[in-house]
Amino acid sequence: MIPASFEYARPRTVEEAVGQLALAGEEAKVLAGGQSLLPILRMRLAFPELLVDVGRIPGLRGVRTDGDTLVIGALTSHHDVVHDPLVRRHAGLLAAATATVADPAVRHRGTIGGSLAHADPAGDVPAAVLALDAELVVQGPDGRRSVPAREFFTDYLQTALRPDELLVEVRVPKADAWGFHYEKFQLSAQAWAVVGVAALVRRDDGRIVESRVGLSNMGPTPVRATACEEALAGADAAPDAVASAADSAAEGTRPASDLSASAEYREHLARVLTRRAVLAAADLT
Amino acid sequence: MTRISVKVDGTAYEDEVEPRLLLVHYLRDRLGLTGTPVGCDTTNCGACMVDLDGKSVKSCSVLAVQADGGEVTTIQGLASADGEWHPLQRAFHEQHALQCGFCTPGMIMAARDLLRENPDPTPEEVREGLEGNLCRCTGYMNIVRAVLAAAAEERRHQAPEPGAVAEHAEPSTAGSGAPV
Ligand SMILES: Cc1cc2nc3c(=O)[nH]c(=O)nc-3n(C[C@H](O)[C@H](O)[C@H](O)COP(=O)(O)OP(=O)(O)OC[C@H]3O[C@@H](n4cnc5c(N)ncnc54)[C@H](O)[C@@H]3O)c2cc1C
Ligand code: FES
Ligand code: FES
Repeated sequence: MIPASFEYARPRTVEEAVGQLALAGEEAKVLAGGQSLLPILRMRLAFPELLVDVGRIPGLRGVRTDGDTLVIGALTSHHDVVHDPLVRRHAGLLAAATATVADPAVRHRGTIGGSLAHADPAGDVPAAVLALDAELVVQGPDGRRSVPAREFFTDYLQTALRPDELLVEVRVPKADAWGFHYEKFQLSAQAWAVVGVAALVRRDDGRIVESRVGLSNMGPTPVRATACEEALAGADAAPDAVASAADSAAEGTRPASDLSASAEYREHLARVLTRRAVLAAADLT
Repeated sequence: MTRISVKVDGTAYEDEVEPRLLLVHYLRDRLGLTGTPVGCDTTNCGACMVDLDGKSVKSCSVLAVQADGGEVTTIQGLASADGEWHPLQRAFHEQHALQCGFCTPGMIMAARDLLRENPDPTPEEVREGLEGNLCRCTGYMNIVRAVLAAAAEERRHQAPEPGAVAEHAEPSTAGSGAPV
C-alpha cells in the first residue's frame, strides 16, 4: 500500500531536528533507516503528519572508543555494526546479535538507534544492548541525558524517549574479558526471534565469575534473566551447573502467546536456549 | 512536494515528488523502469531490490526523497552498453534459475551485492546472502547454482591466475571465457 500523506523535513543538525520535533509534538516521527517505520506506514498502522529524516545528520554514524567505552552513533547501520572491527573486538555480542537481524538489504538501511527506539521486544539488538549494560544517550531541547539500557525499555514498543528527544549514541562498556554468544530461535530465515538469548560470561579457570543474560521476546520488553544470572555467579564452569542455572531462565518473565508459540513453549525455549548460549559463551561446547 | 535529483542506471533525473512516494513507485511509475517489481506489502520478499549508493536495498521501503542525491542501479542497468548481459543474468538463464521470473530482478541484485563482498562464496553463504529474497517457484536450488556459476565466471575474468581455476580446463584469457 501507499502511505498516507505526510510532511517531510531533513534537518542538518541534532538541534534543528529536536526543534522540529518539539514544534510538532506527538504528530511527528523520526525517520532513520525506515526499516520499521516505512512498513508500518505502508500498512497504514500509523499516520504521522511530519517525518523528520535524521538520516543525513553528520556525526551520528560510526564507531569510536572513549577510554573503556565503545561509542556507537545511533545512525550506524546494522551492516556497519556487524563489520566494524572495534565492535567485533570490544562488543562481539552486539555484532553477533545484529548479524541475525532480518536480511542483508534491511541491515544496509536499518540502524542501531532505530532498533532501540522502536523497542520491539522480539528484536535482537535490544537484548544484546541490555546484556552489555549499555547507556543510551538521548538529546532533547534541554541538552543530553544518559539512560541505562535497563531503564530505557518501558513497555511494548515504548521507551524512555520523549517525543522531542533523539537517541544520539549508544555507549557500551568494553567487554573484552567476556565470552559471548547470541542464540536465536526462529521459524524461518529472515524471521524475528520466537525467543532469543544474549549471553555474556566471565570465567576464571574452573568457575563462572559473572554472567549477564538478555532475553528477546519473553515479555513486553527485552528482559534480563536475573535468577539465572544469580545462579551462575560462582558456579562450576561445567555443563551440569550451567544446565541447572539455565532452568531458572524464564523466572519472572511474562511471554506472550501468539501464532508462533504459546507462552509455555517460550518459557521452555528460554531455558533451552539459555543453556546453549551460556555454554557457548563459557567456551564449554 | 519535494525536489529530488537522482541518477538511475546512469541517467540523471530531477523531479518534484510527494514525500510519501516510495522509491520503487518512482522507478516504475515516474521513470517507467518496470523491471523492478513489487511483490509484497511487508518488506519481506525482496522482489523490489535495487542498488542505492553501492548497497542493496528494498526499494519498497525507501522513500524517493531518501534517495535524493544518490545513485540507483536497477536490473535494467546491469547489461553493458552494447547489450551484453551481466554474468549473473547469463548464469540465471543458463542454469534455469527462474520460472515465472517475478523474483529474478531482486535475486540478481542481491546476488550482485553478495559477490561484491564475497567473490567466492560457499553454497551456504549464497543462501544467507539471498535470505531477504523469496522465490515461490524454483525451490532455490538452481538459483544457488547460478550464483556460484556467475561467481566462478567473474573470478575467472577479473583475476586470471594460472592453475587457480580447477573447474575450467582451458587457460583463461580475458574475454575468451564467455559461454555460448
Ligand atoms: C523484513 C524485516 C525483518 C526484520 N527482522 C528483524 C529481526 O529479525 N530482528 C530485529 O531486531 N529487527 C528486525 N527488523 C527490524 C529492523 O531491525 C529495523 O531496522 C529496525 O527495527 C529499525 O531501524 P531503522 O533505522 O530502520 O528505524 P526506523 O524504521 O527509521 O524507525 C523505527 C522507529 O524508531 C524511531 N527512531 C529511529 N531512530 C531514532 C532515533 N535516533 N531517535 C529517536 N527515535 C528514533 C522512529 O521514529 C520509529 O518510531 C526487521 C525488519 C524488516 C523489514
Ligand atoms: S516488494 Fe519490497 S520487499 Fe517485497
Ligand atoms: S521464479 Fe517465480 S518467484 Fe521465483
